[in-house]
Amino acid sequence: MHPALQAVLTIVIGVGGCVGYFWGANQILDKLIFPARGAHIARNISRANMVRPWLFLFPALFALGLYLAYPVVATLWLSLTDRDQGGAFVGLANYRQMMGEPKFWEAMRNNMLWLIVVPAASTGFGLLAAQLTDRIRWGNLAKSLVFMPMAISFVGASVIWKLVYDFRPEGQDQIGVLNAIWVALGGDPQTWLTITPWNNFLLMVVLIWIQTGFAMVILSAALRGIPEETVEAAIVDGANPFQIFFRIKVPQIMPTIVVVWTTITLVVLKVFDIVLAMTNGQWETQVLANYMYDKMFRAFDWGVGSAAAMVIMILVLPILIWNVLNARKEMR
Amino acid sequence: MDNIAGTKSTLTWAVHLSVALLVALWLFPTVGLLVSSFRTGEQISNSGWWSSFSAQERQAPAIRVAGAERQEGALYVIEGELYPDTGAAVSAWGTSSRAPEAYGPGDVAELKDGWALSVDAAGRYRLTAPQSFEGERLPRIFSTATAPPEFTLDNYRSVLFGTTAGTGVGQAFLNTLTVAIPATVIPILVAAFAAYALAWMEFPGRALLVAAVVGLLVVPLQLALIPLLQLHNDIGIGKGYLGVWLAHTGFGLPLAIYLLRNYMVGLPRDIIECARVDGATDFQVFVKIVLPLSFPALASFAIFQFLWTWNDLLVALVFLGTDDDTLVLTARLVNLLGSRGGQWEILATSAFVSIAVPLLVFFAMQKYLVRGLLAGSVK
Repeated sequence: MHPALQAVLTIVIGVGGCVGYFWGANQILDKLIFPARGAHIARNISRANMVRPWLFLFPALFALGLYLAYPVVATLWLSLTDRDQGGAFVGLANYRQMMGEPKFWEAMRNNMLWLIVVPAASTGFGLLAAQLTDRIRWGNLAKSLVFMPMAISFVGASVIWKLVYDFRPEGQDQIGVLNAIWVALGGDPQTWLTITPWNNFLLMVVLIWIQTGFAMVILSAALRGIPEETVEAAIVDGANPFQIFFRIKVPQIMPTIVVVWTTITLVVLKVFDIVLAMTNGQWETQVLANYMYDKMFRAFDWGVGSAAAMVIMILVLPILIWNVLNARKEMR
Repeated sequence: MDNIAGTKSTLTWAVHLSVALLVALWLFPTVGLLVSSFRTGEQISNSGWWSSFSAQERQAPAIRVAGAERQEGALYVIEGELYPDTGAAVSAWGTSSRAPEAYGPGDVAELKDGWALSVDAAGRYRLTAPQSFEGERLPRIFSTATAPPEFTLDNYRSVLFGTTAGTGVGQAFLNTLTVAIPATVIPILVAAFAAYALAWMEFPGRALLVAAVVGLLVVPLQLALIPLLQLHNDIGIGKGYLGVWLAHTGFGLPLAIYLLRNYMVGLPRDIIECARVDGATDFQVFVKIVLPLSFPALASFAIFQFLWTWNDLLVALVFLGTDDDTLVLTARLVNLLGSRGGQWEILATSAFVSIAVPLLVFFAMQKYLVRGLLAGSVK
């Protein structure tokens, strides 16, 4: 069957199936199992209402359980077994093997660098852009242009930036902006992506470029939510614009800054496409997610690959717990 | 408001300038790719895209004199044009690679055996000799010419409809669409019912479930790859579109439920309770009141999910495989980066084809995207 036809069919079956399930399950519940009539009408209605939430939740819970909760457990198990020995339990051998590989430590080191630089730079630029654009008339246009890279895929962004970093031998016209500027300033053309450790930062620039817009949009909304009286009071007290920004505004939006920071941190932990597309981990630019992909789908070493995935999970865990605690607090 | 302090004029200028600089910096790389996609491969590799808007002086590749000879009195003559269809103007030319700029336009170069060659400013050349050129090796012309800015749609034609092996971007475009649309539509309905239950129905364990959804929101999907691939193989789905759709649905659900629940909780309690008092069942309340009112949140999520599935590489690589006829755009681009890393006209154009749809969605639906972002992360 042609894939496009299959897609249309899937939409019809998927949507139809969902509607059918929800409607049908409700009908069965109300008409057959606990009919709202007869001697036990009151009891039946209240029982139906106790069951109904679970009817509504069932498909989502099933999918969440199967596609997100189960894999966490399964990956943990895989990381403790060896595929070559028919899935025998090997304890922490995979982790030990991984710890012995220099490539893993390179990935860890680079990931830590990414974790510090990218959220900090994105949030910083985002805050700057939010504050500046809020004060001018064409601010909205400026915002949507800075925000635009959010819509571009990591791979597309990599192609865009690869052109910026492009290298031509000396004597030819440079077609990459970076080299063109470098040569104009009197330097020799460089193959930027092979120069360790700076190539790591050049890859980070791509993600910063994408994430700044996100930070800007959220922080700009937070800035607008600051009560005007606090700013006015500061002005009356003779604060200059920088004092207003750093002493009055930033402290008030601190919770939002933290949220933005953690959200970008999560993106960074999973960054994979940019490294794969630009250097594929060569020249000491490996990161955890790409290391994991290498192990799983190129070396087909599922044990070590799963161990690497668990490392990512462990790094995510503090944020996960923090988010859950916050959500619980809110529910009360 | 900040301006009351009296520092208005200088600071305002500084603000305008810095915003302009920021925007220019952010736009520059993308514009570079866009402009490059309209240039020929030769143009791209010979000069930076920023110089494509001005007339370019550059050395053209050597062209060997060719054409039929005719007799003009005692002389044999061959005439022709160096750049037949362009408005290029020759500024210098030569007959050997060692001195490619030896002559100016209109000069006559004396060659061996009484041959004479002249090239005028428009690129017309004229080679004369006292005897026939029959069997002779004709000279080459090296020229430096100033060409006016020139853009072409050929790249798009060849990338989208071309049949060169390994560049099937048109096919990849359809594949991506095939992945993205069902993967966007299916989670919405499933999530909407769950979100309603979590927002407006009372049952034990509700708070726990909300917390669980928040937790699952950040689980890296890297963990899901191998177990789910095994699962798909075990139940007979294997690698294919169905697997990708299911995977995207599963991975998109936490965000969908979270966004929709947050929005639904904020709906006015009065409306829903009035409907219940009037005898509406939960199912009716959901379908007739909550779902229509939640349209903005549904739109936000739909945009997120569409952008995410369109731009995704990892899930498609793992669950759809790397066969040539099922590659999605992002995977195709990665392949092109490897195999045709130097052919910027193909790369730039393919990249822009893949970027165009998300950008269109982005600019058309920005309002909903921003709203969704705010609902999703500001607490």
